Amino acid sequence: MGSQLRVYKRRIRSITATKKITKAMEMISASRIVKAQRQVAASTPYSSELTRAVTAVATGSNTKHPLTTEAEAPTRAAVLLITSDRGLAGGYSANAIKAADRLTERLRSEGKDVRSYIVGRKGVAYFSFREREITQSWTGFTDRPTYADAKAVASALIEAFTTATSEDGVDELHIVFTEFVSMMTQAPVDHRLLPLSLDTVEEAQEKKSDEILPLYDFEPSAEGVLDALLPRYVESRIYNALLQSAASEHAARRRAMKSATDNAEELIKSLTRLANAARQADITQEISEIVGGANALADATAGSD
Amino acid sequence: MAELHVELVAADRKVWSGEATIVVARTTSGDIGVMPGHQPLLGVLESGPVTIRTTDGGTAVAAVHGGFISFADNKLSILAEVAELADEIDVERAERALERAKSDADAVAERRADVRLRAATGTH
Repeated sequence: MGSQLRVYKRRIRSITATKKITKAMEMISASRIVKAQRQVAASTPYSSELTRAVTAVATGSNTKHPLTTEAEAPTRAAVLLITSDRGLAGGYSANAIKAADRLTERLRSEGKDVRSYIVGRKGVAYFSFREREITQSWTGFTDRPTYADAKAVASALIEAFTTATSEDGVDELHIVFTEFVSMMTQAPVDHRLLPLSLDTVEEAQEKKSDEILPLYDFEPSAEGVLDALLPRYVESRIYNALLQSAASEHAARRRAMKSATDNAEELIKSLTRLANAARQADITQEISEIVGGANALADATAGSD
Repeated sequence: MAELHVELVAADRKVWSGEATIVVARTTSGDIGVMPGHQPLLGVLESGPVTIRTTDGGTAVAAVHGGFISFADNKLSILAEVAELADEIDVERAERALERAKSDADAVAERRADVRLRAATGTH
């Protein structure tokens, strides 16, 4: 066997092994997308009922609450960025990080100091490599977030928000995550989460129905209800963002692994062609050597006659 | 008989839904019973058991930890961060949790375990 052919054979073997791995990852991600989507669907009744309740309080009373009050001159903003813990998901984390960078630029140009809160190891690695300051980070749950994780994230952010700006608190809270539009499309989006603008809550509610909300009796009081309701609302929004990000992460990984598998197949095909050509070349050379040798022998015998 | 529609939802799933004649829950200002035709209501729930009397005469009990009760148009929704039906509760585990909470002097965990136990054993 020629050395050329041996090199080709070896490369084909190694690519076949890689292809097996990417194919397996593709299939794992495909099954996890379905699971993640089911989780999003399971959390929908809670979040829609909660939105309804918040709208009811907002329209039923003129209560002021720290979480809905705009700061007069906001000077500091927090950005919560949701990335993944693991790589091999194409541009998933990079796109979210880029969106967060754009938002940070915009907030800076408005004269606000920006604090970064990060979910996911990839975002943390990006920030620490560039030696940028991370105020707080959470890792280890991005592919399967639970409500408790969302609660932990939300409580830290709400605490920062309710602290006075002069005492190291923030005036605004933005969230950057990857929205799961469809199996093929996931887009990074940014929302302002706090201060909660009740108009946007109402809009979200109105989109679903035009029903008129009844006049509620509040137990214990409108303030008390709002006090308990708004942090839950923020938690549920963050939970929803985490779940959508998880679904997007799996979809992105499935797509990345599918194209990796396709590329490996393509590579194997072209390498097989090259290996065949090399084998053929070897054979041709051998034949011509034999023929040449035979001819030379024949000539030599003819000459000696 | 008049009936109301009940949806008991936790943050990550729907726990129970169906028709009922009365629902009793514990709000921060005391126990409240909601029957069909109640005035629209929005209340904050304490950690406690929620009792639902179904139209077929049965009773569903759930341990609910924090959340809201909202009633309008004969539709009652109970939103809880954590909610478990009595028959889903692992009594032994709850007992262990109660022991642990007592020894750690963790009042919140103790209350949670206590509510769970009482909902599971039906003594409330």
